[in-house]
Amino acid sequence: MSMLHIVNKSPFERVAFASCLAHAKAGDSILMIEDAVVGAVDGSSFADKVKAAMSDKTVYVLGADLAARGLEGKAIDGIVSVDYAGFVDLTANNDTTQSWL
Amino acid sequence: MSTKNFLFVNRKAPYGTVYALEALEVVLISAAFEQNVSLAFIDDGVYQITKGQNSRETGMKNFSPTFRALGDYDITKLYVSTESLTERGLTVDDLMELTYEDADDDYAEKPSIILVNREEMAAMMAEQEVILSF
Repeated sequence: MSMLHIVNKSPFERVAFASCLAHAKAGDSILMIEDAVVGAVDGSSFADKVKAAMSDKTVYVLGADLAARGLEGKAIDGIVSVDYAGFVDLTANNDTTQSWL
Repeated sequence: MSTKNFLFVNRKAPYGTVYALEALEVVLISAAFEQNVSLAFIDDGVYQITKGQNSRETGMKNFSPTFRALGDYDITKLYVSTESLTERGLTVDDLMELTYEDADDDYAEKPSIILVNREEMAAMMAEQEVILSF
């Protein structure tokens, strides 16, 4: 049973993203949207937590939200950028979806 | 009308909430009242002035070019927290080049962004008469 975790809050403002990472299981997928995309930037104080999660989970970012904030090209290597159609595919291809608001 | 020191403190990333856009609207209104206006960018507020913002796919208006107009409204002091940038993996090179023309210096183009550490930011805040935080 694989789960898609969707997180939309900045890890620098709320603990939702950290809580998501702490509860996601091996094989799960994590998708950053809206303000959560700032957590994808390499070299930040949060980057190590994301990199640790990437050892056994797949991490995605909604490219449109990354571009909106001027952060395109700054994501940690290995984070998969998806468009809105990719977002839909992720929700369809996982058994369950959990939103961390 | 007396002139007071106004500070607008920006703490939220753009687009995820309406705070950043609303703050900018109020800043522009305040400029019309000829007050001594400064802006501070701390915490996630630093994302408001990153360069290369492209919100087209999100369907939201990219309002970052408006920051370039602040100099024309005599808003020339944009204080940016160095600690907030560092925590987020950003440097001043990731920010827009925001400038103003100094009327007292033959309209020389000067940078509006002032990088400050937390201690300097706190000292600057202590000098204000009105602080509006978004």
